[in-house]
Formats: sequence, C-alpha cells, structure tokens
Amino acid sequence: MASEGGATGYIVHHLTPLTVGEGFWTLHLDTLFFSAFLGGLFIWFFKGQADKATAGIPNLTQNIAEMLVEFVDGQVKDTFHGKSQLIAPLGLTIFCWVFLWNFMDLIPVDLLPGIAGLMGMEYMRVVPSTDLNATFAMSISVFVLIIFYSIKVKGVFGFAKELTCTPFGPWMMPFNLLLKVVEEIAKPISLGLRLFGNLYAGELIFILIALLPPLIQPMLSFPWAIFHILIIVLQAFIFMVLTIVYLSMAHEDH
Amino acid sequence: MSINATLIGQMITFTLLVWFTMKYVWPPIMEALEERKAKIAEGLAAAEKGQEEIKLAEKKAKNLLKEAKEQAAEIVSMAQKRANEVVEESKETAKKEGERILQAAEAQIEQEMQQAKEALRKQVASLALRAAEQILKEEIDKAKHKEILEKATEQLG
Repeated sequence: MASEGGATGYIVHHLTPLTVGEGFWTLHLDTLFFSAFLGGLFIWFFKGQADKATAGIPNLTQNIAEMLVEFVDGQVKDTFHGKSQLIAPLGLTIFCWVFLWNFMDLIPVDLLPGIAGLMGMEYMRVVPSTDLNATFAMSISVFVLIIFYSIKVKGVFGFAKELTCTPFGPWMMPFNLLLKVVEEIAKPISLGLRLFGNLYAGELIFILIALLPPLIQPMLSFPWAIFHILIIVLQAFIFMVLTIVYLSMAHEDH
Repeated sequence: MSINATLIGQMITFTLLVWFTMKYVWPPIMEALEERKAKIAEGLAAAEKGQEEIKLAEKKAKNLLKEAKEQAAEIVSMAQKRANEVVEESKETAKKEGERILQAAEAQIEQEMQQAKEALRKQVASLALRAAEQILKEEIDKAKHKEILEKATEQLG
C-alpha cells in the first residue's frame, strides 16, 4: 500500500507507467506488454476455434467464438451495406481486444503491481486502456482507414469535393473545409478519449477505494466492480460500433 | 500522460492483430457458420419434403384401400349372383330330370299294366271257358248252345 507520499503518492504511483527511453522515444513497457499479451490471448483463442470450426454441433468454446463472430457480423450488416473483407474482422478485433484491456481493470489494483514490485519493477500500470497511447493508437489506425477508404471509394477528387462542397455548396468552400476537417479530426480524438476517459476514471475510483480502511473496501469495490462489468463491455462495444459507422460513412457516396 | 513512441508500437500490434484476424480467424469461422446454415436449411427442406411424401403416400394408400374394397364388394356380389344362377340352373335340371323319370316310370307302368291286363284277360277267358265247359259238359249241348257260347267268347275277347 501507500508507502511514501501518502494517498497522493499511492495514486500517482499506480498511474505511472513503466518506461524506457527519453522524450518522444519513451516506451511504456507495461502498456506494450499487456496489450500484446492480451492480443495474443485473443488470437490464441480465436485461432484455435477457427481451426476447429466445423458445421457440426459446436462445443462450448466454439459457441462462444461463434456468438462473438455473429454478434459483430450482425452489427456490421446492420450498419454497413456493402462488401468488405476488412470491416467485420476489424470490428471483432477491436471489440475483443478493447474488452480484454478493460477487463484488466477488474483485477485487484494491487495484485499485478505488487508482483511486479517483487520482481523489481518500480511501476506497473496494468490496464492498457488507461494509456492514451493505446487508445489513440487504435483510433488513429481507424482514422487512417477512414481516409484510405474515403479516397478509395470516392477517388481523390470525389473526396476533395466532399471536403470542400458539403454541406453548404461550393460558394462556402473555406467554411465547408474547416467544418469537414474538424468533423474528421473529431472522430479519432473522440474515440480515443472516450475509451481512455472512462477506463482511467474507473481505475482511479478503484485506487481510491483501495485507500479506504480494509473493512469498508469490499462494500464499495464490489458494487463498483459489478457496475464496471457493464462499463468495460459497453466501451468496447461503443468503440467497435463507431468504427463500423465511421467506415461505412467513408464508403457512402453523397 | 504524454503521447510517445508507445503509440507507434501499439499501432503495429493493432495492425498485426487485425491482419491476423482478417486472414486466419474470420474466414474459417464464417465458412463454418455458413456451412451449418446451409446444412440446417437442407435438413429443414428435407423434413418438409418427407412430410409431404408421407401425406402423398397416405393419400395413395387410402385410394388403394378404397379401390380394393370396391373390387371386393363387386366380386362378392358377382359370386352371389353366380351362385343364385347355379342354384336356379340345378333346380331346373332336377325338375326336368324328375319329370323325365316320372314319365318313363308312368310309361313303364302303363305298359306293364297293359301286359298284365292282357295276361289276365287271357287267363280269365280260359278259366271262364273251362268252367263253362265243365258246366256245359253236363247240361249244354255244344251244338245247341253254340250261339250263346260264341257270344260269350266274343264279349270276353
């Protein structure tokens, strides 16, 4: 628990990542490790199910994988009316990966950092979605895809026309451009910040609860954890759905 | 809370994950799902077809049964008719035969009666003659009563 610096020190300690490097070339090792580890978990599970996938009677794990796949596929089909090899797998990856990130939030706040501390690592922040780098990495990748598909579907000229001539017609070109650029830039920023903000706040509250006397802690952390089960799924779902929506918007010709 | 190179690392990981999912995870699972869907649809169609076939077979069986019953009834009625005919025929023949036998018997009886009559007449005639002879031997003169004798003989003959 809080060893030095009291409550503030404890909180700051928990929210400081394990880093190497200087300046921009700083790497958050904990974020990189846990997100890669969870990504591996995701790949391991789904690859296993994909290899075993049969048209016969599915077993429990196959059922879970198929449920997720069909859930994502349904979301994509509801929103995106076209053919794309990318969008549905992208949605599945985002949903599962973000869910796993967020799930780390439910692990007791002192467990993994404590173990890491025993192994000599001073800082350990286990929830990748409380790192802006992780959430923005994802939202910026989605943004790149939005731009890519906008240009691919509408052509450079078509996309430029959409940026400059909507919504107010060619006479308002500079204003249109400003509006459109803000609209486009707002997409990755809102995506990244929403996920980060929710999970950061959630983690912060867990840390605050951990500061309370041990007998009171379960009374607060238990309901908060239950509430958080909803939050982590919801945030993963929102990230996925918005990605699908943005990409289908990029595919639509006005 | 600064943006740094971690972002690039995360983007690489993300890209790899999406690529892997797109290439190796999504297609086989979707394929299996589609295949199962097709299988289920096939099964349902087959079940429906089977049910229809059962209905058809039932209808056919009913028709066959009805036909068979009709045929049986026809056969029975024909047999009855034939039996009646046979009975009538044999009655007729029996009657005719009886009549014929009766006639033959009657004819025979007639004939035998005629024969008996003839024989009897002859015997009575000779007996009467003998009796008359014996009586007449005593009293009647043959020549004297010749006319009477002749008359009697004539009556008996």
